[in-house]
Amino acid sequence: METLRTQALTRRFGDLVALDQLTLAVEEGEIFGLVGPDGAGKTTTMRLLTGILEPSSGEAWVDGLHTVRETEAIKDRIGYMSQRFGLYPDLTVQENIDFYADLYEVPKAGRGERMERLLAFSNLTPFRRRQAGNLSGGMKQKLGLACALIHTPRVLFLDEPTNGVDPVSRRDFWRILYQLQQERVTIFVSTAYLDEAERCNRIGLLHQGRLMACDTVDGVKGLLRGALLELRCEAPRPAARLLREAAIGSVALFGDRLHVLVEDEARGRQAVEAALRAGGIALRELRTIEPSLEDVFTSALPGGSA
Amino acid sequence: MLERLIRMLIKEFIQVLRNPRMRAVLFVMPVAQVIIIGYAVNTDVRHVPMAVYDLDRTPATRDLVARFEGSGCFDVVRHIGSEPEIQEILDSGEAKAVLRLNRGFAEALSGGGTAQAQFLLDGSDSNTASVALTYAAQISGDFNRALLGQRFARTAGVRVDAEPVTVVSRAWFNANLDSRHYFVPGVLAMIVAVLTIILSSMSIVREREVGTMEQIMVTPIGRLEFILGKTIPFAMIGFVDVAIIALISVFWFQVPLRGFPPYLFLGTALYLLSTLGIGLFISTVSSTQQQAMMTAFFFMLPAFMLSGFVYPIANMPKIVQILTLLNPIRYYLVIIRSVFLKDLSLGVLWPQMLGLLLLGGTMLLLAASRFRKTMS
Repeated sequence: METLRTQALTRRFGDLVALDQLTLAVEEGEIFGLVGPDGAGKTTTMRLLTGILEPSSGEAWVDGLHTVRETEAIKDRIGYMSQRFGLYPDLTVQENIDFYADLYEVPKAGRGERMERLLAFSNLTPFRRRQAGNLSGGMKQKLGLACALIHTPRVLFLDEPTNGVDPVSRRDFWRILYQLQQERVTIFVSTAYLDEAERCNRIGLLHQGRLMACDTVDGVKGLLRGALLELRCEAPRPAARLLREAAIGSVALFGDRLHVLVEDEARGRQAVEAALRAGGIALRELRTIEPSLEDVFTSALPGGSA
Repeated sequence: MLERLIRMLIKEFIQVLRNPRMRAVLFVMPVAQVIIIGYAVNTDVRHVPMAVYDLDRTPATRDLVARFEGSGCFDVVRHIGSEPEIQEILDSGEAKAVLRLNRGFAEALSGGGTAQAQFLLDGSDSNTASVALTYAAQISGDFNRALLGQRFARTAGVRVDAEPVTVVSRAWFNANLDSRHYFVPGVLAMIVAVLTIILSSMSIVREREVGTMEQIMVTPIGRLEFILGKTIPFAMIGFVDVAIIALISVFWFQVPLRGFPPYLFLGTALYLLSTLGIGLFISTVSSTQQQAMMTAFFFMLPAFMLSGFVYPIANMPKIVQILTLLNPIRYYLVIIRSVFLKDLSLGVLWPQMLGLLLLGGTMLLLAASRFRKTMS
């Protein structure tokens, strides 16, 4: 069953097209990742879907409700965590949760129990009397999640939830998301981190307001046609320049390694070897590898090459 | 609905009262301000420093100078002995007035003629100067009448009243014409306006600026619930401040409270409706707290000037008088001064109350209609 659907959803700010004809669908209980660099239109998409921004054209439905015509009805069914910490820094953990519980009119019966559970699973129980502004980055995000979940939403929107959070807290955070998935909560998460994108069931690649690809992580990787060669050599920078000039394929530099995307594996290998020999650069290692999402990003997206 | 509103109020009060600076702004500053300003704002002209240039040095001139001193309006700070000193003492500001009595003053009087006296005033503070001039005219008039009586007694041998007609004036509502009684209630209006306009203008903008607004928008909270939740706390604090300042006015400054106190509260309620409406409106047209603060100041300065707080509205050009009809402070000043000094009935005060209600209602509706539960 589809929980979320958009139809040519578009939003302009003056001349800028922040989101251009987005059409996608997300299944119930799915973790869908909206992946793209800063300024790709991720936050705009989040705001359009949560009903706090009106589209310039196109439509969207969340849990069967129209985002413009039935905005207020949607609000009971969704949880949202904005990119910026949106809770009150001068209220305590408990006061923030109480505040949102009342705004969502969470029934008094069972409310205490729900709060205890949320605090426990976000490990915030010992900090309930601490002011939110004094929490660490990771704890702030978990508090944000607890407040967004207080009314048991059907769909959870998370806008770059682990931005600036340490790796351990990030792993904790994802553990919570997987638990929610078990309860059939649909999760729509945006991220600029590709390792994080790999944790999603399906992803959409957003670039300059356009959806470039939308599939499972493997599916998106499969979009990369041809073969990916990884090579180690002396002087990787001049080598990259040399290979680009030779127009063998798209070239990306990863530290001391080079990734070269070629159309045909055998001919590509020969061309790389020949070009480096001609340039007098010694080749140490050359192998064919599985592409990562970053390779898809750097080579498939226009203007995205490193 | 009620549950959400109550929770908004709890949250606002926690935030306001948890912040030590806010507590000081809301409860300490008004008290300090009304006490300091209450002493400072005073247009009574008393003890104007005066110099005397007496060239005659006779009992007659001493009598006149003594009358100036005895009036309480003038203090003789120096007797000067030469012409250039007049200029000097007025320039330096040591004296604001100089009384010059020429040689032959007493002789002219005893001869039945007219003696000349010159009264020089520093007119740069026109208000003080004109009041001092009136006092001087009064003193010389008294002097003349006493002199005339003496002459009649001497020449006709009968005692005649030199003044067949006298006008005895009595000021109503403020018998001693104590300007403090007039100004202290006005100070109350100013302080409450500053507090409620600035704080309410910043409150919604702050939520936008800090980023908490976005999180609020995705909840089912209604526009009205949010706006009321943001307004009611400041209205309640405004009432508390009015009560505190009113008590200080009555018990510290001895301003009489002659009217019906509930009118003060009715008037204050309507006044707060206006000031909070203006504050919220500013909040909806500003995108940062700094902008809101600046806009509030730009509104408040002319609003104070054109309120009748210091300069009477009746003296303003017609077009400016019409403009003041849009100024809530104007109406509140009439209400509050009447409650303190006059004891007017609702039958007289209703136009002021209605003015506040219309202004406040319009501003609040305007602010509410501009407020959207959307970004951008």
